[in-house]
Amino acid sequence: MKSTVVDILKAFESDASRLMDILHEIQKEFGYIKDEHISELSDALELSEIDIRQCASFYHLFETKPTTHRIYLNDSVIAQMKGRQEVLEAFEKELGISVEQISDDGIALRRTAGMGMNDQEPAALIDDVVFPNLTAERAIAIIKGFREGKNVEQLFYMELGDGNNSHPLLNSMVNNNVRKAGKVLDEFYKPWTALKKAVAKSELEVIGIVRTSGLRGRGGAGFPTGMKWEFCRASQGEKKYIICNADEGEPGTYKDRVLLTENPLMLIEGMCIAAFSIGAQEGIIYLRQEYRYMEKFLNMKLDEARSNNMLGNSILQNDNFNFDIRIQFGAGAYICGEESALIESMEGKRGEPRFRPPFPVQSGYKNMPTSVNNVETLVTICKIIERGGEWYRSFGNSHSVGTKLLSISGDCTRPGIYEVEWGITIRQMLGMIGAQDTVAVQVGGPSGTLISENLFDHKLCYNDLPTGGSMMIFNSTRDLLKDVVLNFTDFFIDESCGSCVSCRATVQQMQKKLVKIFDGYGVESDLDDLRTWAKTTLVSRCGLGQTAANPIVSSLKNFPQLYNELINTDVEFVSSFDMDAAIAESCKVVGREAVVH
Amino acid sequence: MERIKFTIDHKQCEADYGQSLVDAARENGIYIPTLCHLQDEKPCGSCRVCTVKINGRYTTACTTPIECGMEIESNTDEIMDIRKSLIELLFAEGNHYCPTCERSGECDLQALGYRFKMLVPRFPYLFPNREVNTDCPHLIIDYNRCIRCKRCIRSVKDENGKSYFAFVNRGNHIEVSIDKKMAADMPLELAIKASVNCPVGSILIKENAYRVPIGKRKYDLAPIGSDIENSVEHVNMEEQS
Repeated sequence: MKSTVVDILKAFESDASRLMDILHEIQKEFGYIKDEHISELSDALELSEIDIRQCASFYHLFETKPTTHRIYLNDSVIAQMKGRQEVLEAFEKELGISVEQISDDGIALRRTAGMGMNDQEPAALIDDVVFPNLTAERAIAIIKGFREGKNVEQLFYMELGDGNNSHPLLNSMVNNNVRKAGKVLDEFYKPWTALKKAVAKSELEVIGIVRTSGLRGRGGAGFPTGMKWEFCRASQGEKKYIICNADEGEPGTYKDRVLLTENPLMLIEGMCIAAFSIGAQEGIIYLRQEYRYMEKFLNMKLDEARSNNMLGNSILQNDNFNFDIRIQFGAGAYICGEESALIESMEGKRGEPRFRPPFPVQSGYKNMPTSVNNVETLVTICKIIERGGEWYRSFGNSHSVGTKLLSISGDCTRPGIYEVEWGITIRQMLGMIGAQDTVAVQVGGPSGTLISENLFDHKLCYNDLPTGGSMMIFNSTRDLLKDVVLNFTDFFIDESCGSCVSCRATVQQMQKKLVKIFDGYGVESDLDDLRTWAKTTLVSRCGLGQTAANPIVSSLKNFPQLYNELINTDVEFVSSFDMDAAIAESCKVVGREAVVH
Repeated sequence: MERIKFTIDHKQCEADYGQSLVDAARENGIYIPTLCHLQDEKPCGSCRVCTVKINGRYTTACTTPIECGMEIESNTDEIMDIRKSLIELLFAEGNHYCPTCERSGECDLQALGYRFKMLVPRFPYLFPNREVNTDCPHLIIDYNRCIRCKRCIRSVKDENGKSYFAFVNRGNHIEVSIDKKMAADMPLELAIKASVNCPVGSILIKENAYRVPIGKRKYDLAPIGSDIENSVEHVNMEEQS
């Protein structure tokens, strides 16, 4: 029997802070969120309808129009390189619609970005299931299957993926593609030994080990983990929270996907160690909706931990250690990878970053001290506690210690996950992954930098080329500006929360300028404008805004010749306005030529 | 209350602990321009016009509490140009036609345009398609002029804390939207509050235009910020020192 909105509300105790879950459940039950649902929620949650709409409209995976099935085709630059256009055309033709429309029989075709599947593009999220390695034929078969009344699981076209992907609870066509395991990914892991070691020590001793290890946040920002925990521990609050950031939205990164699939117990154990150290009672994994297919599997692992007394009350007979974890889903928003936007989203709001101070460690989820740590960071913690801070420190280089998981995609023969020690050069990396004729590497995703061949001897580390691990490789057949830089810039425009003028309005203006140059109307001063305008983005509140001009800024710096080839050097000013094109239609209608002065 | 010392552009200042930089500067006769900031409401730091630099980092003066020994850069060429570009971005992003706007002379955006000597924005106008909404019997909401400062969103709520206004969508598709049902029964005093709190001519009370003639309006009489810079307290302090 179908559940009603009343049932759904009851399941979440009509708690407005669980609005994300409530909207997800409604969408699952009814296919979309109707006006009547919003009205019903408004009464039950004591919010105005607009309060609910503001949340629902922020996340692009919430659907407010009637649909029977929902196809979100990824439009990352790598997907484009791997044949997304043909897949898109096949979907469009078979459905008789364009992208962002809904067919007569209710199948919605939409775009999404950074699905975390760069190693198996083109990929799409179809009714919450990932379909990797799409082709035009497969796209047509999916639509035909839907029209024959098949459900999404009956449309699989490949063997289930490697490792746990073929576990009945995961049941996924996704492949892990782990190419190189290092100190974190290696097989030396015995569940719960690290936690047992930790609880035998004092909280401060555990934090001390993490500080000694030199571990820095692996999501990309690189804040020292031990210090974060220490701050959170020292903050006053009735309750404390440990949140695992599994939003992994930076285009090109997918290492957390693999860790969640293959090392879920390590993650849970890492969260327990964090909870013990900072004194947290509740843990939440903020998992991106793109990874919904892992829900049952991860919940089974949480149950396993509970049955081993690693979660729940009096963990390991320690009367003061009560801790449990739940999963919270996002709904498609890159910005929610930013820790304070993630917290807002968990509270059932729009994912708008908070201003600082206060920092989340002082006042985070529900205004309580909260430590937000990346999946890779928490998994690494297990190894550090098990083998010691000094042991971990011995890897990497003097500036950046330990190892890093790289997510490699693009023009190379062996895309996948590589665990490397910090300090390897781009050239060494390219050799490892089978990349040839490489002209550019996007280090750290769109918010990072696009580097050219003369910089390939630089090292991956915090004081040279810092990275959250996304590495996209481009060879000489690629049009770096039109295919890569424009794609990334559009991504930032779509994914901005829209709050700061400096991010929302500046990047839009820069994008228009870029298109003006591509259209052949660019002059030297347009390049100067791009460089100067970019400075305004730096005053934005969060990392997204501050880095949103990076694709343009870094390509201007490292590939100036590509821009110079496109601009008119013989004139100082060219209007972006083409008078002849603008009046062509009216000239045709009246059948006369215009005389333009 | 603990008094703390700090500097703004090398000038020695003093203020109560816990104040925001905007308030602390005001008390010292220094005007840090603001646009989304609303006295007595929680700041949101969305317009970025009050950007200052502390220890080489940009921050917004409305959201940052003053701390002892802070060295604040405010009226430097670099920061003034960033502020000016933010104002220009807002002019280019919406449809702002001052000569036909009811708020001309009382509009904070226009007043800042004058203060920063903006002649024409460095950015091309985007000429977006925006709507005019009349769901509330008391209000005309002209989205052409909306700068998404969130002032109405933050300050106008009913007795149970429900919002009349909220953002919908995100990125460059973001809009301020009014709750249809609540708008229909919006009490006049709240409608007036929304209109008064709007820094531009986006939220207007119906049948109330041009009560104050052009030329005699707030910023026709004195430029924005001049009240702070010419404040009596400040002049007295200067005389004493």
